[in-house]
Amino acid sequence: MKQVKLMQGNEACVEGALYAGCRFYAGYPITPSTEIAEGCAVRMPQVGGRFIQMEDEIASCAAAIGASAAGTKSMTATSGPGFSLKQENLGYACLTEVPFVLVDVQRAGPSTGLPTSPSQGDMMQAKWGTHGDHPIIAIAPSTVEECYKLCVRCFNLSEKYRTPVLFMMDEIVGHLRESVELPEDGELEVIDRAAPADPKNAGPAYACPNGELVPVMAPFGQGQRYNITGLIHTDDGFPTNSNDIADSQVRRLIRKIEENRDDIITYEEKDLEDADTCIVCYGGTARSVYSAVETLRAEGKKVGIFRPITVWPFPEKELEAISGKVKRIVVAEHNDGQILLEVQRVVKDNCKVDFIGKINGTVITPDEIVAKVKEA
Amino acid sequence: MAAKKQLVINTKWCKGCGVCAAFCPRGVLALKGEKIQAVQPESCIRCGLCELRCPDYAIYLVEEEDA
Amino acid sequence: MASKLIDKYFREAHLPHIWCPGCGHGVLMRDVAQAVENLGLDKDKVVLVSGIGCSSRAAGYMDFNTMHTTHGRALAFATGIKMAHPELEVIVIMGDGDASAIGGNHLIHAARRNIGITAIVFNNDIYGMTGGQYSPTTPYGEKGTTAPYGNIDRPFDIPKVAEAAGATYTARGTAYDARLTTKLIEEGIRHKGFSIIECASICPTYYGRKNKKGSAVDMYTWQKENSIPAAKAKDMTPEELEGKLVVGELSRSEFPELTEQYQKIIDKFQK
Repeated sequence: MKQVKLMQGNEACVEGALYAGCRFYAGYPITPSTEIAEGCAVRMPQVGGRFIQMEDEIASCAAAIGASAAGTKSMTATSGPGFSLKQENLGYACLTEVPFVLVDVQRAGPSTGLPTSPSQGDMMQAKWGTHGDHPIIAIAPSTVEECYKLCVRCFNLSEKYRTPVLFMMDEIVGHLRESVELPEDGELEVIDRAAPADPKNAGPAYACPNGELVPVMAPFGQGQRYNITGLIHTDDGFPTNSNDIADSQVRRLIRKIEENRDDIITYEEKDLEDADTCIVCYGGTARSVYSAVETLRAEGKKVGIFRPITVWPFPEKELEAISGKVKRIVVAEHNDGQILLEVQRVVKDNCKVDFIGKINGTVITPDEIVAKVKEA
Repeated sequence: MAAKKQLVINTKWCKGCGVCAAFCPRGVLALKGEKIQAVQPESCIRCGLCELRCPDYAIYLVEEEDA
Repeated sequence: MASKLIDKYFREAHLPHIWCPGCGHGVLMRDVAQAVENLGLDKDKVVLVSGIGCSSRAAGYMDFNTMHTTHGRALAFATGIKMAHPELEVIVIMGDGDASAIGGNHLIHAARRNIGITAIVFNNDIYGMTGGQYSPTTPYGEKGTTAPYGNIDRPFDIPKVAEAAGATYTARGTAYDARLTTKLIEEGIRHKGFSIIECASICPTYYGRKNKKGSAVDMYTWQKENSIPAAKAKDMTPEELEGKLVVGELSRSEFPELTEQYQKIIDKFQK
């Protein structure tokens, strides 16, 4: 008999991280993500892990990356203003290929905005927030159970592809309480980063022979003794100004995500078989959408849902296919139209694209979605 | 018997700052062009101050059997 | 072709380093290697973390586990490494702007926590990598490209800032006095809590030229003639110490080291 526990989304995120093998957390208090830091402060030492409250958001991100470079799976969590501050070292982790998970429990902005109110206003920042061309993986949970299980997946993807993964929660799921069926040991896949069998005699840390896309390197302390730098670097991690290496290095980083889209991308399709209208939503917004679709279906309206679970990279193939079958797509999100831009880019003229969004810190209600769908 | 030390200059690394020559207590070293040279090697007392002060690791002492 | 010390502790293929002729950083980087050699540390267990700037290029040259991080953040990265892996010997090399301007907050908090990290500041009183802007340690009245009429800010005394914030070992060496500086770094690494060694470097290219300090040789000579041992400085007035470099061990105190304290918390749950 499986254990079922009533949990808050933020708490589930902590437990998911521990399940994935996360043993280091560095953070800074910020609403509405603080419970993640509090949870890690309690839980980490219980499982032999370590927690530290750093002096600021930038330092928290740095500390998490540092711990991971030494081989410990690491996480930091934040919210809007802190997410802005973490962008600097997020880019560092992209280029240096140090895995870690960064949780953003989104709240209404801009600036300090509405600290305890729901929003999904950081979705484009997730993709473009740190400077320079870089790929990113971002995952958005819609339920408390997903806060648990998808957090495990964030770590798995991070370890497998040696890249930071953004867990784009929002205030709705972060502060929601629901029952979670706790997975047993061994039930969920847990991936650890690949390492050379003999670190002392391993080759250059960043070498990717035979067209491989993810370098295999030992954590610090095991004898490989390489350099990590946020500068463009040679295979041994030494800074270089070579334009050729800059090109091939950044392109490899992009390709390691792009060419593994099918492994990285997950999504939910619901009631789409006969649908003429598809609502695109993600994260906490999906909850109002489920309810609205139930109402609309009861009234005989042929409405379905496409919910990207992996938001970046965006599931464009899948959405494009849907857009050729339905007459209309309605994008619902708690911002002024961020993923809407991505949907419009993918859908082009295949079908009509409408939008319902909110930026006042309140939740889009099922009734509002029903009304939007009923608009001609 | 202690092995005798020998002065080695790596001109490839020498950037010609002249610091080793300026602080050599016996005037052994001098800049020739843009590189350092042992102009009075017979005066060298193998104190190693040049090695300590060279910012570029271009001058050092080695045990003779290693040279 | 290099000495045994350089052979053992440097990635020789990447030498000579990028620093200008006469730059004090090369001497100081050698002092770090000599200190590690004197202590007989296992290279595989030494992690060298640096920030951004001239000083921070040291990470690339030294044959340890090295991490060249973001500007000012070296101590924050190092804190993560040391916290997660207390068994590693974590040494941080920063510049003056790196450590005390953009990284000032990280410096005071690393000191406050008394985490077992050795912080080494290569202080050349200027932002060298960007071409000679004044830094938080540029002396009052001196010039930089962004202080063309003379610096009107008061400079930081980095070891004093660190001591006030809780660092349990503070010291100052110079690029001129390699033996003293090596000894101070050695002592800093041996010290259990947070230690900081400010190393007065020289920047003949930017600081020197802008402020008419003469050649690299002149600048090293200035260090030689203006260094006052800490013991002697105790009996001197602030006026007498004006413009001087007080060198040697500056302070030492006792407080439990952070990762050892955390281990005790973990141990409570291992029973």
